[in-house]
Amino acid sequence: MDITPIADALYGIPLLGILFQAVGFLVAVIPPNSPNIMNAAAPLALAALCGVFCERSGIVNIGIEGTMLASAFTAWVVGVAINPVFGSPTPGPIFGATIPLLICVVAAVVVAMLISALHAYLSISLRADQIISGTIINIAAFGVTGYLDQLISKSSPAGAGSFAAYVPPTWLTELPIVGWVFAMFLSLGPIAMSTLVIIVGAQIWLFRSRWGLRTRAVGEHPRAAETVGIDVIRLRYQNVIIAGIFAGLAGAWLSIEATNSFQIGMTTGRGFIALAAMIMGRWTPLGALGASIVFALFIQISQLIKIVPPGGDLGAIMGSVPSQAWDAFPYLLTMVILAGVVGKSIPPAADGQPYEREAAA
Amino acid sequence: MSGAIRTAAGRPRGRWARLRSAAVLPLAIVVLSVALGAAIILVSELLVPGHPFNPYLPIIAYEALIEGAIGSPNAIVSTLVNTTPLVFGGLAVGFGFKAGLFNIGVQGQFLMGALGAVIVGVWVSALPPIVAIPLAALAGIAAGAAWGFIPGFLKAVSGAHEVVSTIMLNYIAVAILAAAVSGPLKVPKSPSPVTYDVGNAAFPIIIPPIGHLGIPLAVLAALFVYWLLVRTTWGFQVRAVGASSDAARYAGMRPRLVIIATMSFSGALGGLAGACVLLGVTHTMTSSFGTTVGFDSIAVALLARSNPLVTLLSALLFGSMRAGAGLMQIRAEIPVELVDVLQAVILLFLVAAPVLRRLLGVKPTAGADAGPTTDLSSQPAVVI
Repeated sequence: MDITPIADALYGIPLLGILFQAVGFLVAVIPPNSPNIMNAAAPLALAALCGVFCERSGIVNIGIEGTMLASAFTAWVVGVAINPVFGSPTPGPIFGATIPLLICVVAAVVVAMLISALHAYLSISLRADQIISGTIINIAAFGVTGYLDQLISKSSPAGAGSFAAYVPPTWLTELPIVGWVFAMFLSLGPIAMSTLVIIVGAQIWLFRSRWGLRTRAVGEHPRAAETVGIDVIRLRYQNVIIAGIFAGLAGAWLSIEATNSFQIGMTTGRGFIALAAMIMGRWTPLGALGASIVFALFIQISQLIKIVPPGGDLGAIMGSVPSQAWDAFPYLLTMVILAGVVGKSIPPAADGQPYEREAAA
Repeated sequence: MSGAIRTAAGRPRGRWARLRSAAVLPLAIVVLSVALGAAIILVSELLVPGHPFNPYLPIIAYEALIEGAIGSPNAIVSTLVNTTPLVFGGLAVGFGFKAGLFNIGVQGQFLMGALGAVIVGVWVSALPPIVAIPLAALAGIAAGAAWGFIPGFLKAVSGAHEVVSTIMLNYIAVAILAAAVSGPLKVPKSPSPVTYDVGNAAFPIIIPPIGHLGIPLAVLAALFVYWLLVRTTWGFQVRAVGASSDAARYAGMRPRLVIIATMSFSGALGGLAGACVLLGVTHTMTSSFGTTVGFDSIAVALLARSNPLVTLLSALLFGSMRAGAGLMQIRAEIPVELVDVLQAVILLFLVAAPVLRRLLGVKPTAGADAGPTTDLSSQPAVVI
């Protein structure tokens, strides 16, 4: 069925036509780019999940950005370091995985857990201001990775390569109307695809397990939790360090799945956008995934507008904005959503408050 | 901050004793950071493939760093020029801390301040300097204040945390700047995106070769902020809201207005930092206009514990590191990013102050020795 005449008629309506043009633009660009959207959403969702685990147990972690950056660097630099040992093995049959790549992922996750442990120590044991502790992690990660990258990249070494995306069968992705949805969730690399599993698992773990209940109790009312025998300090440590795993995976995604290189500051604010996604998703893993997809969609659109500008009046309006300004779009949206949603979504009651055991005597 | 500060025992302590106990920890932190920096240099030598190991490299590096910062009259002027924006930025962050607000947005306010200054500066570039300079500087202040007002307003109205919104505004400022310089502000037919020169709006050089008007301005700003915080009603309100928003509200203050005003003023200082760099140093703006001032300012304010006068000294420390980093890179082949590492190490030790204090055997004293955390906690550091 040819809908061009109908579309043309709708587009022609004064003012309201722009709305139809916007919808038409989205319908035209989203399906072919759907794997990119999910791919961009995965690191946001992982980072947001890191935030969910931290904040549900009562620790604010704004150092996710730095943690991601450090683990992205680690994944890449470990690849450089073990490259002479392994050479360049042929990509494996599943996701192009090789032993060096798997080592890189593990290294990235370990580094992220160590950084999270530092944040936990500073904010739980030393009861330092959690925002400042997170900021220091961000500054330190930016400085150390930038410094080491300058040293190492002089010889432009080869890393461990990158994972390949799964190629779903074409009969599935070429199904009319819904094919692109399959493409969205299947044409992904291993980290992005496992994100979906991790998110669902985390949702069940946080809301259907004894651990999850305790974690939430510690984040809402640590004193009450302690009186029923929960070790608040220990549980907070465990949650913050486990949360580091997710930030580590998000970092590894940047340097050995999305690309096979490291650039200084390559996280470009994803750790902070993830915090907004966490808030918008009301501190739940599934909500964080949904919010991440929305953010990823807007990030993609801000780029697509430059590549395939929409036609008609909408294109004329958008074309009048300098193309560099579109880079601000996702960040602007993060702020607007944060301001609009934050009043209605309520953080865990003890979020960000250091916990001090009552004196024994 | 008037009146004698009392120890836990209630004994009033002399100014000198207070100063000494306040100085031990920062000094120890700087010494430890220098040592750790040396260790990092040594370890990183091993990381570079094919690099001959030189055990004296840290000494060569630090020597070059110090020589580049204070080794000659020109180096000292360069240090002062590097310090100037850090004073404004450090004051901006520190002023926010006083009200319990964490302004990570100095980077964005700096960029918008510079953008405001270049727009107006180019526009008034033919007017006499006595008119052009204040106009351009005020434009920078106004642009920075606007960029600080937004997160303050959002926080007051909807509770959006200023940390996330200021960081978003940093990225937005970068995009706006890139769009402006390559679009409406670009010199026609120029091969690369660059604006016109600010002409007569440029700060005069008062200490040759490059020491500009911003240097005395920074000192005046520190004194002004100190006066504002300690001697004015508004300064008292800022500190009261920082100490306890609820208590301030019960006392008849309006914390939301104070938050908006504080963020705007903090943004104005950030904008002035940008205006100073643009009007005093670069005079034009390219699309790569950007600095490390934003993050450095946080370090400056934390190290100074938000004290406006101490901010001058802590800005001088980081400013001299920035000034000397270039020579260090040339002579020891160590990337200038080492300064970022040192900065992070200093901050890390600062936050870990309780551990250090235990190791050093320094007793915490009320006010004078309170860590940076007290600036944001609900307990006022100094009892007035």
